[in-house]
Amino acid sequence: MITLNINGQAMRVDAAPDTPLLWVLRDTLQMTGTKFGCGMALCGACTVHLDGQPIRSCSTPVSAAKGKKITTIEGVGHDRIGQAVQQAWQQLDVVQCGYCQSGQIMSAVALLHSNRNPSDADIDNAMGGNVCRCATYVRIRAAIHEAAKLLA
Amino acid sequence: MTSSRIENESRRRFLQGAAGLTLAIYLPAAKAASTAAKVGAGAHTAPSAFEPNAFLRIGEDSSVTVISKHLEMGQGTYTGLATIVAEELDADWAQVWVESAPADAKRYNNLAFGPVQGTGGSTAIANSWEQLRKAGATARAMLVAAAAKQWNVPASEIVVANGEVRHAASGRKASFGQLARAAAELTPPAEVKLKDPKDFKLIGQRIPRKDNTDKTTGKAVYTQDIHLPGMLTAVVAHSPRFGAKLKSFNAAKAKAVKGVVAVLAIPTGVAVLAKDTWSAKKGRDALVVEWDEGQAFKLGSEQILARYRALAGQPGAVARKSGDADKVISTAARTLEASYDFPYLAHAAMEPMNCVVHWRKTSCEVWNGDQMQSVDQAALAKLFGLAPEQVRIHTLYAGGSFGRRASKNSDYILEAAHIAKAYNGRAPVKLVWLREDDMRAGYYRPMFHHRLRAGLDTQGRLVGWQHRLVGQSILAGSPFAVMIKDGIDPVSVEGAANLPYAVPNILVDLHSPTDIGVPVHWWRSVGSTHTAFSTETFLDELAQAAGQDPVAWRLSMLAEHPRHAAVLKLVADKAGWGTPLAAGKPGERRGRGVALHESFGTVVAEVADVTVQQDGSFHVDRVVCAVDCGIAINPDVVRAQVEGGVGFALAPVLYGAITLSDGKVDQSNFHDYPPIRMADMPRVEVHIVPSGAKPSGIGEPGVPPLAPAVANALAAATGKRVRKLPISAELLKA
Repeated sequence: MITLNINGQAMRVDAAPDTPLLWVLRDTLQMTGTKFGCGMALCGACTVHLDGQPIRSCSTPVSAAKGKKITTIEGVGHDRIGQAVQQAWQQLDVVQCGYCQSGQIMSAVALLHSNRNPSDADIDNAMGGNVCRCATYVRIRAAIHEAAKLLA
Repeated sequence: MTSSRIENESRRRFLQGAAGLTLAIYLPAAKAASTAAKVGAGAHTAPSAFEPNAFLRIGEDSSVTVISKHLEMGQGTYTGLATIVAEELDADWAQVWVESAPADAKRYNNLAFGPVQGTGGSTAIANSWEQLRKAGATARAMLVAAAAKQWNVPASEIVVANGEVRHAASGRKASFGQLARAAAELTPPAEVKLKDPKDFKLIGQRIPRKDNTDKTTGKAVYTQDIHLPGMLTAVVAHSPRFGAKLKSFNAAKAKAVKGVVAVLAIPTGVAVLAKDTWSAKKGRDALVVEWDEGQAFKLGSEQILARYRALAGQPGAVARKSGDADKVISTAARTLEASYDFPYLAHAAMEPMNCVVHWRKTSCEVWNGDQMQSVDQAALAKLFGLAPEQVRIHTLYAGGSFGRRASKNSDYILEAAHIAKAYNGRAPVKLVWLREDDMRAGYYRPMFHHRLRAGLDTQGRLVGWQHRLVGQSILAGSPFAVMIKDGIDPVSVEGAANLPYAVPNILVDLHSPTDIGVPVHWWRSVGSTHTAFSTETFLDELAQAAGQDPVAWRLSMLAEHPRHAAVLKLVADKAGWGTPLAAGKPGERRGRGVALHESFGTVVAEVADVTVQQDGSFHVDRVVCAVDCGIAINPDVVRAQVEGGVGFALAPVLYGAITLSDGKVDQSNFHDYPPIRMADMPRVEVHIVPSGAKPSGIGEPGVPPLAPAVANALAAATGKRVRKLPISAELLKA
């Protein structure tokens, strides 16, 4: 058994240490907001925070998350930045199919935690690991700027 | 956060229905979870009062639930369809919910497809427009009639606005919920008056998408998210070549993986069933499988292309002919010729294909982001020996599709069903394709080779046009093969056979090789993905040869197509066509290009600005789009579809290609089939032509003009003409 701290709650899971955190979240805990897209850290759909840093949970063994604070899309709205990002996403109707958006939001929140007023180049860098096949990039960019405004 | 406004699947209980259009009154209580489909728990009470054309329910709590017969895969159809109903009903947008329809072609067929329930060809709004206006207006008339009866006042004095029914003279008012039961007792009127478009309150406005809360909080439920009690997850070993058969396998090591429950041979390979996805994957990795490749397809892309080039030298089946193009071109003052190559393309939706099947011998329940319910229902019924109505399909959100989930032969759905069958129905089965499985499974946008010839007279007028296409038919061998007439698969030549420009001599012909064993499929905007490119880049080249401005030259040939002309003028105006582009940095070359294309009844023109570096790499800086899609139900969703269409179309311009070597697909994941990312995305402006015409499609039409507009911009910047996608930096080197 491994004890994980997820969105501020301690959760005990029975999983082999090499199991990717993604599958522990999705299959063991049925927290399905975090998505499976590629399994190789290429698309960012599985992005969660470990101690505030965005990581790709599909390529992070659950053992690496032990003792760290895990934040997922289900819990990201608990803080002010997460709320602002979700609000901006809704105001601008960013989503289309929506499947990548949990990961996009997690990366955007991490960006705004470290940089409260990101430039377009900062956004290109921070969001470069998150793929959206619907290509909602125009609005993701606008929503990050909007969230920054909401937080100002 | 507001509460969810979508019920993808939920209990439905229709208490009252009548022939023709139906107002089905719903008793609430089951509005709880946004996704009963998540567990399917107690979801269905399968009432006997189902009636045709049941598109909405009104709850005692005044909730208006619109039943969507179309899949929501990102295109905004839940929002658009609900807007049409809410408009005629005069509902308040906040009281509107959306729920997916069950599989039932009798009530929920796509009117553009005939007796088939499915989503595709950008038809959702277009085919639902009158149907849903009538459904909403009928409900409104019945609520008014119920109020008139209760209040003993003339119906003509009653006003409905923002979800409230009022009688001004007596000061009486009621909510929809208060009138719902009484309305349910009434007979629906045979005729209803629809609104004058000038009175529209919701249509044409920017109102929020119904799915945006669930999709920003992780609550939206996709097939991948389904967990049923006792469910097993299956990952399948497929042959590396199309057409190979399973010869033998050794499951010993796979079975030793913790969590693996069973290893089963199925027609498409070997399925590993496990308690969770990761165990199933590990089990699959441990399998030893031998394939019988006697019948397997073993050609590579280069060999296929060589065959196509050879075929392009011979006349094909004629798709359009007027005059004598060959003769006119041969004797024209000036003749141009070009050929174009297009690779296979994978859809690569963010959610790889998957499907949940629970077969219980006398029934079958399916959870899927289902885009072609009638075809899937029939295929499953046949496999299990059931009647179609014994196959229940829960249509969930699809994490993208771009056509992939509108499977012509239910490929991945049947694979899930075969696993459930091989396991003898002992558990619900979730089939999960990993990204590599999804990318290598075929069902690609077909590879195409085009050859074009054209002639200009001494005044630089286009006098002859010859266009030959070579590529696999998508419709052949599918339930839609009946659409093939005289050897012409209409989706192979769409956008080519209906070239809008006035040209006196034209010949469009087609070869559809049948000996290529790569499964092909519709891919967002289908034939127009290649026909728009070859026609619009060749036309640009001809304009240049004729010494004409590309916009003016096109306009001179569009007298018979005023919508095309208006769209082209609008885009030219908004993009500043004719004004010089700002210079780039030293060493950079810049260019601007235009393209125009009609698909799915919608006309779109795009102008692209590009910057090319010395090494031939380039960036698309800005794309200005003009769109005529008839009445724009939700202009913001229209803009979003065009923005996304631009980005989707850019991937195969910059990077994307599926290639084969000795029959094996070379690509496997996003490292070798790169999608576009944030930094690739241009700025996009979308301008909508005001229109009173009935709405046409918008999910796809933004895609086709992008690639030719970019190629034309690159030609303006570098003088090099693009003949092959994706575009090679080598071609554009300074």
